[in-house]
Amino acid sequence: MSEHRVWVYGDHVNTDVIFPGKYTYTLKTPDEIAAHALEDLDPAFAVGVQPGDVIVAGRNWGCGSSREQAVTALKYVGVPVLIAESFSGLYFRNCINQGILPVVCSGLRDVVRTGDTIMIDRLSGEIHAAGQVFAMPTLSPSVQAILDAGGLVPMLQRRFGESAR
Amino acid sequence: MTGYTFVEKALARAAGASGARAGDILDVTPDVIFSHDNSAAIRRIFEKIGAPRIAHPERVAITLDHAVPAPTTQHAQNHAEIRQWVREQGIRHFFEVGRGICHQVISEEALVLPGETILGADSHSTHFGWLGAFGMGVGRTEMAALWATGMLWIRVPDAMRVTLTGRLPFGVTAKDIALRIIGDRGADGGQYRSVEFLGDALASLSLDERAVLPNMMAEFGAMSAYLPPDQAVFDYLETNRTRDYTPLYPDADAHYADDSALDVSLLEPQIALPHSPDNVVTLSRAVGQPVQQAFIGTCTNGRLEDLCAAAAVLRGHKVHCRLIVIPASAQVLLEATRRGYIETLLEAGATITTPGCGPCMGNHMGVPAPNEATISSGNRNFRGRMGTPDAPVYLASPYVVAASAIRGAIADPREFLS
Repeated sequence: MSEHRVWVYGDHVNTDVIFPGKYTYTLKTPDEIAAHALEDLDPAFAVGVQPGDVIVAGRNWGCGSSREQAVTALKYVGVPVLIAESFSGLYFRNCINQGILPVVCSGLRDVVRTGDTIMIDRLSGEIHAAGQVFAMPTLSPSVQAILDAGGLVPMLQRRFGESAR
Repeated sequence: MTGYTFVEKALARAAGASGARAGDILDVTPDVIFSHDNSAAIRRIFEKIGAPRIAHPERVAITLDHAVPAPTTQHAQNHAEIRQWVREQGIRHFFEVGRGICHQVISEEALVLPGETILGADSHSTHFGWLGAFGMGVGRTEMAALWATGMLWIRVPDAMRVTLTGRLPFGVTAKDIALRIIGDRGADGGQYRSVEFLGDALASLSLDERAVLPNMMAEFGAMSAYLPPDQAVFDYLETNRTRDYTPLYPDADAHYADDSALDVSLLEPQIALPHSPDNVVTLSRAVGQPVQQAFIGTCTNGRLEDLCAAAAVLRGHKVHCRLIVIPASAQVLLEATRRGYIETLLEAGATITTPGCGPCMGNHMGVPAPNEATISSGNRNFRGRMGTPDAPVYLASPYVVAASAIRGAIADPREFLS
């Protein structure tokens, strides 16, 4: 069981406000990318976020562009888990491949506010918040394997490292 | 037994499986994979993976289109890194600055064919449904993995069927169909779905118009989209194709998670208001709203027919705000020049720039100042999309954009069309 401070956002938060398109070919390092996380949604986020904080959002989080920085910007500031009522398909895939756990969860965002604390129990697949318990859906084994490896790159590193030996 | 949807058939084929159902997770081997200005960043991920080289360079296409010609030294350096990589890896399908937007160029070159699978490091890769292919956008890490292994995991999406009937009225386009669908059902109305179009309206759409539907389905949350390919599609691909193909069609008794119909003959011109592509109203409700800039171009609406529509509206008129026209490809620009559309646009006061994505995602060549409103024939109007969060963006068909350029305010094109 781990304790996390939450940042709560609404529906249809798109990748342009999570990480603006104008930076996609110029900002490269994790620090540079992290500094612009949620820039056009919540300027307080990048300055106030602490490693371990999680995002709790509404429907269709991450709609829009396939740009991966919309996931890595959050990874680089130390967000380990993203919770939303639903995710855009591309964003969900990008989370898995970056080793960030995307959790589809209804109702949670109605009971928490930015700054509240929630408890996540990955083993039992439960989220405890505001005196309530929310279930985390189970992922398919092949998707879970990517997450367990820490993302698609570490998984492939292992594979190509093994074939080179 | 229930029949198969298009996406079930296409992904089963790409995975070498005898059959697949929505929800199955497959390791898919796409026929074509592509990227653009993001290729240098993908290369950096690829190098971390440790694969010796790109597994199948003949399946790889790279197009420089997102910031072309390079607006800054940094962008130029990015392009230079990509050219070096293309040489090192022996990538033959490389398209230089000015050739056009990836989706348009790959279509013109007939690199992907009906029934095939194409994965692109660009969210509008749903585009290739216009020719009956499975097209899906992927992230940079996924493209690096595809370079390394030639394969990627995909969960077979549920499918939704949209039956389009009737003929579009004069001055109403496929863009208006797409905006109406997204407006009615919301930006997540097709979330993680294959949107499969059907119906007698499709045959009456030109090929340029057909591409708008699957392209815009990215704004619907769809993973892919599909139009059944017909003889017009086969003819288009015939000259440039380098291999045989088998088109795929959904079974009549396939299971669709959602089934809807739209009579396009009743449609009016539509417009998406700031700041979301699903914030759609009938054009008449926005007429008169001032705009400082009009933009015709992008992978959605920068093709020959779009420039023809703009020229038809603008002939004999002058613009009263900035009008930026960016053809989707060099081929489009050349043909539009031959047909006199470019002359008409220039006479009306438009400026024409290099084929590519232009200001669509705020890179260059027509980004607005804060508080300047733009009406665009593109696909996305999220806050900040064109570079600054204070600049509202409206989305509409090229007809509507051209008419609005004449007025300097949102206008109905039908008053300029005879």
